[in-house]
Amino acid sequence: MKHLLAIEDLDRAEIEAILDRAESFAEVGRRDIKKVPTLRGRTVVSLFYEASTRTSASFELAAKRLSADLISLKAAGSSVDKGESLKDTCATLSAYDPAAIVIRHPYAGAAQLVAGWSEAAVVNAGDGKHEHPSQALLDLFTLRRRLGPVEGRRIWIVGDVLHSRVARSNLIAFQAMGAEVTLCGPPALIPRGIEQLGCAVTHSLDGLGEADVVYALRLQRERMAESFVPSIREYAAHFQIDSRRLGRNQLLMHPGPVNRGVELSGEAIDSPQSLIGEQVASGLVVRMAILYELLAAAGGERPAPAEQAPTPMGQPA
Amino acid sequence: MTLAETLDMRAGEGAAVVLRGATVLDPVAGIEGVHDIVVREGRIAELAAPGAAVEGLEEVDAAGLHAFPAFFDPHVHLRVPGQEHKEDIETGSRAAAAGGYCGVIAMANTEPPVSTPADVEALREAARESASVPVGFLATVTRAMAGEELTEMGSLRDAGALGFSDDGLPIRSARVLRRALQYQQLCGGTIALHEEDPELSGDGVMHEGPVSAVLGLAGIPSISESTMIARDAAIAGYEGGRIHVQHLSAAESVEAVRAAKAVGVQISAEASPHHLCLTEEELRSLDPHRFKMNPPLRSESDRQALIAGLRDGTVECVATDHAPHAAEEKDLPFEQAAMGVTGLETAFAALHTELVLPGTIELDLLVERLAGGAAPFGLERPTLAPDSEANIALCDLGAEWTVGEQGYESRSANSWCAGRRLTGRVVMTLAGGQIAYRLRSFSLGVAA
Repeated sequence: MKHLLAIEDLDRAEIEAILDRAESFAEVGRRDIKKVPTLRGRTVVSLFYEASTRTSASFELAAKRLSADLISLKAAGSSVDKGESLKDTCATLSAYDPAAIVIRHPYAGAAQLVAGWSEAAVVNAGDGKHEHPSQALLDLFTLRRRLGPVEGRRIWIVGDVLHSRVARSNLIAFQAMGAEVTLCGPPALIPRGIEQLGCAVTHSLDGLGEADVVYALRLQRERMAESFVPSIREYAAHFQIDSRRLGRNQLLMHPGPVNRGVELSGEAIDSPQSLIGEQVASGLVVRMAILYELLAAAGGERPAPAEQAPTPMGQPA
Repeated sequence: MTLAETLDMRAGEGAAVVLRGATVLDPVAGIEGVHDIVVREGRIAELAAPGAAVEGLEEVDAAGLHAFPAFFDPHVHLRVPGQEHKEDIETGSRAAAAGGYCGVIAMANTEPPVSTPADVEALREAARESASVPVGFLATVTRAMAGEELTEMGSLRDAGALGFSDDGLPIRSARVLRRALQYQQLCGGTIALHEEDPELSGDGVMHEGPVSAVLGLAGIPSISESTMIARDAAIAGYEGGRIHVQHLSAAESVEAVRAAKAVGVQISAEASPHHLCLTEEELRSLDPHRFKMNPPLRSESDRQALIAGLRDGTVECVATDHAPHAAEEKDLPFEQAAMGVTGLETAFAALHTELVLPGTIELDLLVERLAGGAAPFGLERPTLAPDSEANIALCDLGAEWTVGEQGYESRSANSWCAGRRLTGRVVMTLAGGQIAYRLRSFSLGVAA
């Protein structure tokens, strides 16, 4: 695996390998010293063109736990602010010879472009409304720990599928692992033609009882202004997952950040069925596993640069 | 009036050449057979028996090559004034000549748009300086393409505007289009329409369907095009106006044009090579260089409907919508990249490879439709009939080539065919009576 650009590119065995690797990093996390020397002397660039809390924090901590040197760039305050194109930014960063670039970008395909423009391994940390593969992997990891294999399980993804890269990656990932997926939401928020991926589509929570897992998506408040839904209140009345709708044996997931009282009720979030906290914890070990698979696993090895003579001061490095 | 007389091109000597032993095919004129095409002073003097004795003409060995009436493209973007970094009249018309075209119509959505008689006069003057093939210019329907007030359509026609179009943008207001069609009775000039309801296309960047669903890209539904065609055809029918519908992309649109023709509306339509050859499936690559354009590539059933329309004459012509963009305007994430692809240099070869060779359409139909873009704008159809202006595309139907390998005549490289292996190539073009193009290897005697 050279890059992680889309869940679509991975087969079941590759997904399993990353989840198994994450399991071993979970063990490292229980030690007093949580750091391993695997990526010592290698550089990871974290390049975020969009706001992020969980994804950027966990990728950056993952790189540090693996002993990589980290360059963390946000679009605001960098040369992107001054109108530099993605291609030129890539060329600039390539001068630091990064082993990996983790990129979040508001437009689809940005990570793929960076992979073409750079020698580094590229991790897609969310490209537009297209894919968010590390989220899907950490969700699978979380589910596997709680449920065992998801093969044959029924998973409902509920809410604004149209604007959600998480929905797309998770749909593909859940299906790749043998789960049956139903998409549920108001018609205007379910992309036309998505059923051709082999999932069921419904516009009502009536059949929710069959689900083993309910995966709720964030509803952004601006969707109301664009007439996707008439009001937040009406959306919540039809699609909010609350303690009345969520069965005792059903698990609840959400990629965060949650709009409390919109797509999820407060009680549902805090219920014992909720895996939301575990999802965040999984994020760290799964992202360590992703960086490891790309940079250190078989085929990804490079000669250790540690013993090279340092470049004298004043000369270009 | 010939194309050279009606449109503008660089002054030059009339061609004096004999194309020896060419397989001549002009389906509209009913000409088919092996002839020596004798061209004197820029006109087809005769279609002689092979080996006829002629004096004082350059000899071109055209044995095994096909001679067609040169093609006419009613929809190209030459980017002048204001965007000469993408294309200009010289490079764009050279690309046309290399594609076998004997005439093109340039759109008016330049920077600033072509909205005044002085703009039109300046462009015509520039074409007389630098155009390799006859070029016609449209002016905008509305001032600055703002969609609100009409341009001085009468004065624009007097200055030589061939017709009108706000191409790039639809005319949102039914009232404004109605007024333009009423005024058309006074000044003439076909009104060419980019049909799209922006309320429905929104911020879409590709066809709305299963592929956009998977890619998470905002979709442009087919009905954003077809509903506007239905509206505008009804207005044109009511006012007795003459409209030309640009770049059809959807099955519903073909149906809307067919229905309008059935009730007698003066409406014509074009389809582009990329819509005839490609579908939304290409978008999975997320490559904006080759596959981002408006209207977008649609589904296979839409493509089939366009081919059916080409066949039954609902779509009377192929138009490339040649839309050059600089590399930095395309080297961007898909949603941010500019809309449009180039097509002049590859139209014939692509359609020959993708539609004729597999047997989807016949060669004569392709030849007829590639020259079908002149009539909707009141121009003489290019023909190989004796005593016509020499407008000839000489093609090697067996030549295989890789697009872009030797660069482009166009200033831009955003060809939807980039990297494709095509079969069939234009080796020589006569346009407006002049020799406009020779493929280098052909003139050196390497090819054919």
